[in-house]
Amino acid sequence: MSTAPDVVITGLGATTPLGGDVPSTWEAALAGRSGIRTLDNDWAETYGIPVSFAGSVAVPASEVLSRPETKRMDPSAQYALIAARQAWADAGSPEVDGERLGAVVASGIGGIWTMLDGWDTVREKGARRVLPMTVPMLMPNSPAANVSIEFGARAGVHAPVSACASGAEAIAYGVQMIRSGRADVVIAGGTEAAVHPMPISAFAAMKALSTRNDDPAGASRPYDVTRDGFVLSEGSGVVVLESADHARARGARVYGRVAGLGMSGDAHHIAAPEPTGVGQTAAMQRAMADADVSARDVVHINAHATSTSVGDLIEVRGIRAVLGGDADHVRLSATKSMTGHLLGAAGALETIFSVLALRDRTAPPTINVTQPDPELDLDLVRDTARELPQGQLAAINNSFGFGGHNVALVVTNV
Amino acid sequence: MAYSEQEIQAGLAEIVSEETGLPTDSVLPEKSFTDDLDIDSLSMMTIVTLAEEKFSVRIPDDEVKNLTTVGDAVSYISGAQSA
Repeated sequence: MSTAPDVVITGLGATTPLGGDVPSTWEAALAGRSGIRTLDNDWAETYGIPVSFAGSVAVPASEVLSRPETKRMDPSAQYALIAARQAWADAGSPEVDGERLGAVVASGIGGIWTMLDGWDTVREKGARRVLPMTVPMLMPNSPAANVSIEFGARAGVHAPVSACASGAEAIAYGVQMIRSGRADVVIAGGTEAAVHPMPISAFAAMKALSTRNDDPAGASRPYDVTRDGFVLSEGSGVVVLESADHARARGARVYGRVAGLGMSGDAHHIAAPEPTGVGQTAAMQRAMADADVSARDVVHINAHATSTSVGDLIEVRGIRAVLGGDADHVRLSATKSMTGHLLGAAGALETIFSVLALRDRTAPPTINVTQPDPELDLDLVRDTARELPQGQLAAINNSFGFGGHNVALVVTNV
Repeated sequence: MAYSEQEIQAGLAEIVSEETGLPTDSVLPEKSFTDDLDIDSLSMMTIVTLAEEKFSVRIPDDEVKNLTTVGDAVSYISGAQSA
């Protein structure tokens, strides 16, 4: 018999290529709009980068934060703070003892703008010109620390780093903090700000990025036979996690429940997913067992699906392996077709999408799929949003990261 | 070309304002960096680094602790550039 508290989501916040907050982002996603644009700069030409587009945040941080805040935080922390403030306000700014409040905010890459700017300063102007805030700004735990300071979260401040699974792992960690009794409320999510010429060059060097420069909005096309890589995006997604008892006691509005989490390691390759999908499968199975849901309960999956030739299908086969015939009842959505890949923020943003999909009983669309891969044997929600059934529903959000990090979260409606 | 004390005061007020969010007209010569403007040591080091670059002067670390007020810093920078 388990006595661990149920964990619910009571607040949502985000800044993404689709919008400056959750309502605008979700509305754009349901409408099937792309957030991917040609970059408003000359990086491709100047540096010979084969990719000239990305998913930049729809609302620049400078329009939301004060000037000192933008100077004292790397963009990765700025986005996290924007999303966290929204999530906290959305949760009704809960009154909670700081000793019972946690902050878990992940980034896959960390403060790369600050790090590279600092190195430029050393080379061009010498060590004496390097700003003293450089280290506090570049450290990958900086977004988590800034959120913890803002809200007085003293139960613990954490920043799991697991590449593109980071955001989902942060939520999983937050759930565990509440289940283990360390906290009643946790601000959890992911953030990324790596739309910078160096990471774009480096991802392009791996042939990981789409080079569809003449059609940026059509470049992220998971499961399409012409998919040629992911689209680099930036932004943040943050949720307020709360023990169900705590949320009930203060009469909080509840979006849904994080019912289960499953994690695994591929132990296979530093960048390639394990080809049989055994690690991904294990993560999904563990999440479902943890949530105590059966294959029949799962009606929706927000796939990791980044639009790479190999990765998309490994996940599809894994879903089939886990759900068997019940996979036929799943509405599969690949929202990266619209948002691009927010790396360390992706898992958090897609958890938000999953929770809202169950709340609204609507699976968001997957855009740009004109010729589905013949190996795709699942019910992909294409082009327009699709209704989900009535009743008690469960959804899975998958996130997989370079290095073999597999995180699956099961969310349910309330 | 040397900056006048008025130019240094104005330039320093801008740097402090960017760092703290305080309006430039509140960064007056008699204000104490710590007591009045609530500037911590890391912010002070940032202000010093930016001021060194802006006014092409060197403010040794040992000297920073003597710069109690905005006016102290203006005088020091003014003297340092003619040195």
